[in-house]
Amino acid sequence: MNPQIDKMTPGSYIPTDYLPVLIFMMIAVAFGAGTLLVGSLFRLRRPYKEKLTPYESGNPPVGEPRYRFSIKFYIIAMLFVIFDVEAVFLYPWAVVYNKIGLYALIEMMLFIVILLVGYAYAWKKEAFKWD
Amino acid sequence: MNIPFPDLRPVTPEIIMTLSATALLILELIFKNKGVLAFIGILAAAAVMYIMPASMGETFGGMFISDSYSIFFKFIFIINLILTILISLRYIQRQKAEYGEYYSLLLFATAGMMLMASAKDLIILYLGLELMALSTYILAGIKRHDVKSNEAAIKYFLLGGFSSALLLYGISLLYGMTTTTDIYKIAEHLKATGVTTTLLLSMILIAVAFLFKIAAAPFHMWAPDVYEGAPTSITAFMSVGPKAAGFAVIGRVFYTAFQNIQTDWTTILIGIAILTMAVGNILAIVQTNIKRMLAYSSIAHAGYILLGIIAGTTEGLNAMMTYLFIYAFMNIGAFAIVIILDRGEELSDYEGLAKNRPLVAALMLVFMFSLTGIPPTAGFIAKFNLFTAVIKAGYTWLVIIAVMFSAISAYYYLRVVMNMYMKEMKQEAAIHLSPSLSLAILITVLMVLIIGIMPSMVIG
Repeated sequence: MNPQIDKMTPGSYIPTDYLPVLIFMMIAVAFGAGTLLVGSLFRLRRPYKEKLTPYESGNPPVGEPRYRFSIKFYIIAMLFVIFDVEAVFLYPWAVVYNKIGLYALIEMMLFIVILLVGYAYAWKKEAFKWD
Repeated sequence: MNIPFPDLRPVTPEIIMTLSATALLILELIFKNKGVLAFIGILAAAAVMYIMPASMGETFGGMFISDSYSIFFKFIFIINLILTILISLRYIQRQKAEYGEYYSLLLFATAGMMLMASAKDLIILYLGLELMALSTYILAGIKRHDVKSNEAAIKYFLLGGFSSALLLYGISLLYGMTTTTDIYKIAEHLKATGVTTTLLLSMILIAVAFLFKIAAAPFHMWAPDVYEGAPTSITAFMSVGPKAAGFAVIGRVFYTAFQNIQTDWTTILIGIAILTMAVGNILAIVQTNIKRMLAYSSIAHAGYILLGIIAGTTEGLNAMMTYLFIYAFMNIGAFAIVIILDRGEELSDYEGLAKNRPLVAALMLVFMFSLTGIPPTAGFIAKFNLFTAVIKAGYTWLVIIAVMFSAISAYYYLRVVMNMYMKEMKQEAAIHLSPSLSLAILITVLMVLIIGIMPSMVIG
């Protein structure tokens, strides 16, 4: 029987390894809340109409904020996600590249080639053309 | 730590399938004639079929297993793929849905099913399931300018997304309990820890996801709408492939990982099976669209096939696999007849077909008889074989219920036959004959009759 399992019985196991994360989260929340609190205690309060608009020095907003976006934005967004994920996978691979050897290199090349096929396909289908 | 090279022999079928699917995606940009792509797809499928028996073994650190169980299922998937390509060729031209991606996605979906059947690890299983599901979502909506097809795709996608989420939740609970995703190691751990509420919860979540894929009641709601809206060739593909893949993973996961709670899942599945047979058979009676009727009929068949899992014996599993094998031929055959007719989606379109097109009517008659389970067709052998195995396992009362529902099913299958042979013709039925479609119908009808007359071919 795996000793780790005994440790992981619900109720009895406290994940102490994650304690720093918890402390860090608490500090982050405290810092944000504290800054706002201190600011609100010391700043002057003289509101007037221009100051309360959403973009104080910008154009006044016109029309409803919700309207239908062009489908082209979604295509760009999806393509971005694909290649973003590719980059995310490349980082951990590159960090341990020296340790994991040739097989991992071949695997990563395969991964990139498959994505390249998708890239070529999207290109030929004119997914990158705006008009 | 150098990662060793894995043994690639057991995965060659999947590798060929994935490579051809990727190649088709590129070739689609080059070839204007999409028939070439279909031909390449069939060649790839044939190559996979040829090398599959030699691909026994385990690889990728025991995440992937190719055994006789998975190879049998892969045969069903490949047959499903080849028959679907054959019936699609002219049909998607007629439907103005002739995109090269069509064949590429069919191959990707099949690769996903093959991974599912071979998964020895829940992560691989999930990846295979998603590859299959995402491809079929797109295929269901490939008639881009048809509102019904769009509706089918979006419905299938949303509900399929929910079921995938439930599956992941179940897997994560199982991982939390056992610290592994290996199906066989999970079984070992669970034997040591015993039955807990969390285990039952995770089993139920995983069961819901799989039962969604096989369209068992009460998770069948998507099936009629999706089957009706999708192009008929894709309906044929979906009613066989993903269903068989769903049964493959139910068999593997429930028999192995959830071995120690077999009584619990058997109880649940008995309820589901009875409900599925009832919903499928009774609602099929009131349908006027033949694709919807066949959708409910496929729900009903899922109910029968579940009995093979419930039996809990090797015989039951074998009978289930034989049933799925035969079901592939008779169901795709029936859809091929729907495709051959210019107007064949409504039941009233079949009135007087026998006088007008005697051969088409006779072929439809064979498939309808087979789906009902009337000898000497393969459908009878499938049902007989399955029910015998279930009786031997001690569920005689369940078989009595199944036979009763099977008798109800005769009403709606034979109504098609009655429409064809006993009603007056309203108008001439135009047909679209093509060599590939004829070949598909020839293969299916021959298999249905040959297995019906010589059952020893597939049994034993």
